[in-house]
Amino acid sequence: MRGRCLIGLVDILLITLLAATALVIIAVRDLFAAVMLAGIFSLISAGLFTVMDAVDVAFTEAAVGAGISTVLMLGTLMLTTSRERRGTARIQILPLIVVTLTGAALIYGTLDMPIYGDPQAPVHHHVAPEYIADSPHEVGVPNIVTAVLASYRGYDTLGETTVVFIAGTGVLLLLKRPRREAGAEPTKNTSGDQNQTASG
Amino acid sequence: MLSPGLYNYWIVVVLMMAGFYTLISRGNLVKKLIGLNIFQVSVFMLYISMGKVQGGVAPILIGEMPAHGHAATHAAHDIDSSHDLHHDVHAKESPPRHPNESEGVLSDVLPQIDASPSLSPAAVQLAELQKTGDATIVYSNPLPHVLILTAIVVGVATTALGLALVVRINEQYGTIEEDEIHVMDPEQP
Amino acid sequence: MKESIHHQVILRVVAKILLPYILLFALYVQFHGDFSPGGGFQAGVIFAAGIILYTLIFGIEQAYRAIDPRIFEVLLALGVCLYAGVGVWALVSGGNFLDYSVLAHDPVHGQHLGILLIELGVGLTVTAVMVSIFFAFVSRGGR
Repeated sequence: MRGRCLIGLVDILLITLLAATALVIIAVRDLFAAVMLAGIFSLISAGLFTVMDAVDVAFTEAAVGAGISTVLMLGTLMLTTSRERRGTARIQILPLIVVTLTGAALIYGTLDMPIYGDPQAPVHHHVAPEYIADSPHEVGVPNIVTAVLASYRGYDTLGETTVVFIAGTGVLLLLKRPRREAGAEPTKNTSGDQNQTASG
Repeated sequence: MLSPGLYNYWIVVVLMMAGFYTLISRGNLVKKLIGLNIFQVSVFMLYISMGKVQGGVAPILIGEMPAHGHAATHAAHDIDSSHDLHHDVHAKESPPRHPNESEGVLSDVLPQIDASPSLSPAAVQLAELQKTGDATIVYSNPLPHVLILTAIVVGVATTALGLALVVRINEQYGTIEEDEIHVMDPEQP
Repeated sequence: MKESIHHQVILRVVAKILLPYILLFALYVQFHGDFSPGGGFQAGVIFAAGIILYTLIFGIEQAYRAIDPRIFEVLLALGVCLYAGVGVWALVSGGNFLDYSVLAHDPVHGQHLGILLIELGVGLTVTAVMVSIFFAFVSRGGR
């Protein structure tokens, strides 16, 4: 019981930290700092996923969010600029009102949700029990997440893989330039200047 | 007992709104994408929070782990006493579980999941048994994990696509601020 | 920036030591995903992270010399084709699309085989996509 109590405490601490990180990300002007904080944000959420028993998800989030995603964002900053332009007010009234109203409506909606960790919640009574009960002798793979991902929901995963493929192809179409004509583009003046400020 | 209750969902809403606010109030395109990422993570958090079962473990079937014997209940130890005397000892020591948890069907009693294809008849019997809801180990719901696992990777791929667009916009317009792009765009009134 | 990073002896040495283990760990995650946390998505990302680390430390020219980037453009499609191919294989074996039980004499063996293959397909695609995206961003920068 004490262990479970501690887990609850860890969960509360981490998720509070997560919210704080998100608010700081909004506040900072330096995009470099924002990207780094986004990496930290991902790492904290990976820890949180572990606390909530989603080890596979935590694994992915740690590798993707803190690794690849940060590198790609930094690459973009290197190619563009790393400062957000001053001039816009830090707090804008109209968006703030919209966000507050939407948030209040959503929080009102959560009041009807089953509490965290409730075994009676409807989400636990549809197909998930069958997956847990049947996957050992139907698929024979100890990791139920893999069994569901690859076997029961194979169509789904095929679709996701295709989306990843298409997104990758899209990036290649947008950015890749043939190696021969690399460096011969006149548009590189502006990006070249900012490049140096970004790296400096 | 300290339990987050609805706190997780509230923070999810806060994160969601933080991302949404960044998206609609900031003109910088990279900042917008970061806001979109925050929004995305909040949705992940919502799903995973819903998948958690109190006192559950990660949905990976446990083979000969000692933790398994500890969690075995009377129903299990009747059947698998031939397997392992540890189970009996621990089952008697372990206090009766929370009544709610035995209702949760998310559970498994298999004493030995070695990945061998042919499970022993007793194991199959146990697998049948737990369908009736007589629970020992409680597993968290694997379904949200599957959905979110793929969504994360798809998310980074689409984020990369967005970043590629930002890079191209910067090359074309020399800026990544939304209002400056609007001013420069001759199509705009 | 490029020159300065090239003279970072510690970075270069540590990266050289770490790199084989990162790639090996990716393979472990790929093929042990049935039994422990892991699978094609994670393995692909870790493998790509290893290659990205190499590129960051040793420069894009060196990376191109080590691995031809065109390989990844082939693997990109090959992974999806492998995945869909397993589905078609199940179809011609008399089962439903992506029903692995018919792939071997024993249904559970078939499931194992199918999962192994499609996870491999996922891993290939994810690795190739991540590395290609990174290379595309790098190739855009001024040399």
